[in-house]
Amino acid sequence: MEEPLNLVLFSGTDDKLNAAAVLTAGAAALGRPVNVFLQYWALDAFRADRIDADHGLAPESGTAGRVAVDALRAAGQASWAETMRQAKELGGVDIEACSLSMDLLHLDQADLDPLVDGVEGVTAFYLNAGAGPVVFI
Amino acid sequence: MTLTKIDQLVDARGLACPMPIVKAAQAMKGLASGQVLEVLATDAGAVRDFQAWSRSTGNLLIEMTEEAGTYRFLLQRK
Repeated sequence: MEEPLNLVLFSGTDDKLNAAAVLTAGAAALGRPVNVFLQYWALDAFRADRIDADHGLAPESGTAGRVAVDALRAAGQASWAETMRQAKELGGVDIEACSLSMDLLHLDQADLDPLVDGVEGVTAFYLNAGAGPVVFI
Repeated sequence: MTLTKIDQLVDARGLACPMPIVKAAQAMKGLASGQVLEVLATDAGAVRDFQAWSRSTGNLLIEMTEEAGTYRFLLQRK
């Protein structure tokens, strides 16, 4: 699978970010390049001063969902940020902040966790995406 | 029991998907062609994951055993 996996992350809740991290790590473990594009609330979650905070869960999770997620974390599951770091260690994972969302949130790259490699616009993202799928989370 | 020489051990017991594969992939990068990685995992999903990973990467899954909930995978670097 030489075509990169391209993930556009929009949601900033912990469940969706964890799902994104699992998809990223799985692809990286197979040697497949991954391009991650952070928009809106996903970008906000990658702020250096917020990355390890509680970002909540999607409304559909409900009370039972919160209990299930907490139980998995208590059992030692890594945070999505840690899973992303492990994935990057494998190589081939590039995480970029959407420049429009940077403007929206009034952020500079210095405000972001080192996980974020840079800032780019959608055109650069599409160029790097090549023929690989673009997945919106 | 097997007499295959193990060059590195990854203990992924207690780790949930995708960590067993991620840890295995990280360790495999440091091995030379032909060397053998042993992975221990308790995640039941790891069985299918390692079979798929082996097929996809070309790293041979030499052996897979299970004992009391712990899965043991022997993988050879291609």
